[in-house]
Amino acid sequence: MIATPLTGYLLVAALIFAIGLAGALTRRNAILVLIGIELMLNAANLNLIAFWRYGPHPEMLTGMMFAIFSIAVAAAEAAVGLGLVISIYRHVKTTDLDQMNEMKG
Amino acid sequence: MGVVFYLISALAVGGALATVLLKNLVHCALALTVSFLGIAFLFLRLDAEFVGFAQILVYVGAVAILVVFAILLTRAAELPKVGVFSKTWIVGLAIAAAVFAVLAWAVLRAGPWLPNETAAPQVTVNQIGQALMGRYVLPLEIVAALLTAALLGAVIVAMHEKVRTK
Amino acid sequence: MQEGLAFTPQVAASGVAQWLWLVPAVPMLASGVIALLKQPMKKLSSGLAIASLGFSLLVALAAFGHVVSGWSNGYAVREVVNFSWIQVGTTPVELGWVLDPLAAVMLVMVTFVGLLIFIYSTGYMEHDENYTRFFCFLSLFAGAMLGVVIANSILLLFMCWELVGLTSYLLIGFWYQNPSAAAAAKKAFLTTRVGDVFFLLGIVWLFAQTGTLLFYDHGAGSMEPLALGGLLVHHSAWGLTAAGAIGLLIFAGAAGKSGQLPLHVWLPDAMEGPTPVSALIHAATMVAAGVYLVARVYPLMAAGMPAGGTTTSLTVVTWVGASTAVFAALVAVAQNDIKRILAYSTVSQLGYMMAGLGVGGVAVGMFHLITHAFFKALLFMGAGSVIHGAHEEQDIRKMGGLRGAMPVTFATYAIGMLALCGFPLFFSGFWSKDGILEAAQHWSVAKAPFYMLVFGALLTAFYMTRQVSYVFFGTWRGHGHAHESPRVMTMPLAILAFFAVTLAVIGTPAWPWFKAFLNGNAAPFGWAGFSEPGLMALMVTSSVVVLAGLGFGWWIYGAKSPAADEPDALARAMPPVWAVLRDKFYIDELYGATVIAFYGWWAKVADWIDRDIWGDMVSSTTFLFTRWARLNRFLDANVVDGGFDKGCEEIATSGGLLARVQTGRGQMYLRLLALAVVLLAAFLIWSGRG
Repeated sequence: MIATPLTGYLLVAALIFAIGLAGALTRRNAILVLIGIELMLNAANLNLIAFWRYGPHPEMLTGMMFAIFSIAVAAAEAAVGLGLVISIYRHVKTTDLDQMNEMKG
Repeated sequence: MGVVFYLISALAVGGALATVLLKNLVHCALALTVSFLGIAFLFLRLDAEFVGFAQILVYVGAVAILVVFAILLTRAAELPKVGVFSKTWIVGLAIAAAVFAVLAWAVLRAGPWLPNETAAPQVTVNQIGQALMGRYVLPLEIVAALLTAALLGAVIVAMHEKVRTK
Repeated sequence: MQEGLAFTPQVAASGVAQWLWLVPAVPMLASGVIALLKQPMKKLSSGLAIASLGFSLLVALAAFGHVVSGWSNGYAVREVVNFSWIQVGTTPVELGWVLDPLAAVMLVMVTFVGLLIFIYSTGYMEHDENYTRFFCFLSLFAGAMLGVVIANSILLLFMCWELVGLTSYLLIGFWYQNPSAAAAAKKAFLTTRVGDVFFLLGIVWLFAQTGTLLFYDHGAGSMEPLALGGLLVHHSAWGLTAAGAIGLLIFAGAAGKSGQLPLHVWLPDAMEGPTPVSALIHAATMVAAGVYLVARVYPLMAAGMPAGGTTTSLTVVTWVGASTAVFAALVAVAQNDIKRILAYSTVSQLGYMMAGLGVGGVAVGMFHLITHAFFKALLFMGAGSVIHGAHEEQDIRKMGGLRGAMPVTFATYAIGMLALCGFPLFFSGFWSKDGILEAAQHWSVAKAPFYMLVFGALLTAFYMTRQVSYVFFGTWRGHGHAHESPRVMTMPLAILAFFAVTLAVIGTPAWPWFKAFLNGNAAPFGWAGFSEPGLMALMVTSSVVVLAGLGFGWWIYGAKSPAADEPDALARAMPPVWAVLRDKFYIDELYGATVIAFYGWWAKVADWIDRDIWGDMVSSTTFLFTRWARLNRFLDANVVDGGFDKGCEEIATSGGLLARVQTGRGQMYLRLLALAVVLLAAFLIWSGRG
């Protein structure tokens, strides 16, 4: 089934991505949405490293750099996002996403 | 594809599943940590040592803690009465499944063209440092600015409420 | 009689002739001014009317004097002033006036008698509230009549003719609130209209045949030998020449205006108008207009007269005239209204005039016209005076014995009555009627008219005696007290009576001035005229007839004064004859049953067509249009508006629907994002395969 090692890594990454997406889409809690996003980012990083390892010119370190920067940015984004969730919690006293529809059209 | 790969993959994927399925949020956060660890091991297996360790340092050491803090600060640990899943969770699941299907389809179709086993690259920290300061200096600086902004922003966002409620 | 001087060629119009147009124009102008006055300006309106007619009289006298001086110098004056009024295509419409002996005598008569009647009216209509309107119409009538007299263009004559008819209608129906007066005016107008239709046909034919509207136009006029010769050449149906046929048509018009036999029915009813109107219009002038017309177109009627014979037109004229004379005299015997007797007498005398024209020519008929104008106007005005004095009573059976109460009226009335009867020697009527009788006696075609006219003279004397004895003799049967009329009314009576006598002078055979004047001959004075063969015998015959009539009338009626409800003496003697006479030979009833009934039926048919057929068309068109309008409204409201409204609704609804997508829930957005990514990726992979 898995033709190459790369395929395996890619499938794993895809799986984690899908799981992370499912979590972001189905759970009520806002924090879990952020967790899902983190999982998705991790899956993307895995993808990157896998391609770096098995792609042409690994000596260029392109994939690795990309992944490093991705990690940094993801951390920053997680911080800000969680700060926002806390801030919103203070406002509406809940983290239930279904109840947060102030921007209804 | 050795057994090791499958074990580590199982760890990562299992951790991810647990994250999404568990009801108690703190349990979710812990499972997330496990998942992060699994991914870090996968990085190590892929000969990207630096990234693997960076992953542990940043994700497990910072992001996971952050998540736990957020959970505790928002009293999200308490179980809501109506259940943890949204009313229309089927739709989300379906969409996620569709995404996985598309990705898997792409990967499997591209199977024949994917490169095979190659020699492991020897990457030193020196080389990474050189690259960061050399070729990738601009993204580095931008990320630095971004991190600063994020730090300040998070503080402000989280702090304002405090100031107001005082 | 000496043969006349030859006509001089038409001279250039003298000064008088140039200004002759003032004669009709000034009264018409006065009429216009009076029309603009406010109602109760009595003195001003009658003053204007009398002044204008007085002015016309002066001009007429000047013209008359001019013609007489010309005649006495041996010229036969005929001066014309023609002008072209408008241009119709290439044909000019010509109008003009003429001054010749015929016009001159008529002018003087009309203006003089008219002036006297105007003065009389100021007294008669004193208490009438429509005084001003009366004088306005009277002036207009005078102007129109004078226009008829001097017209040289047959079109101008017709225009003034119609105007005369109109003013006659206005004056007969002067008291229009009275339904019988309104009906009488309508009857007069319509009956004369019948004649006018034929007249117009004659005018058109004459113009078409001769190419000119003018009577006299330096040789090219329609009454001049050139044109007449042309008319004689053409033959219409029934062996008539064009001249004869046109002459008959014109005579039909004259018959309507002058009340000849079939068209006489309007004259007696016209007595509904005020008495001055009856005197002026229906005695002296308007009815004489028909006779004048025949005299004016006499050359046409006499064209082609063989020596010792006569033309078809003149024959018809004579027979109609003679029949009218006898018919009207018969009916007059049985009437009881003082004015109606005089009306029928007028019809009868008009018959005499027409017969005179037919048998004897222009001079004979015209002389009787002139004398009749004077004594008939006198009689009518005298009747008006009697009515005034008897407190508006008009039935002679309710009068009587007025000889003593109204002496001036009686004296003048008696003179007029004797003149009308033709009392021998001293009265103008005798000489004028004798002239007609003499000409009739020598008529080549038949002797019957002569006998009819003699019988008519007998009847005239009879019925006038009857009237006079009822009114002036016997005992007073009326109400109240009779009194004489004021001076302003009796003065004209006296003047007219004077002329009724003295006009005799110009017509006797001893000095046939009138005849000579009209014919352009010299007029020697001499008793030789009396030596005409048969003349003395005729004079004796007519005298006997008149005296017999007078005596017979006096014998039956005399100084007896039967009460109003008692039957007339003659009625007792021959009741059926009396009934027929009294009911005017049932001619009115005949017309009513035939002509009037036909018109009523025709009016009904026309009404049915209009109401049902045209009305239906109109209403169906209306129906169509309302339906169409409703359809339009329906379409507009439902299709256009509805469509538009629906469209807007749809947009709003779909907008609402679309707005529901914005749930405000982040997870929903995320899902959509992911879905979009899936789709996009799938598409990309699919398209990138191979």
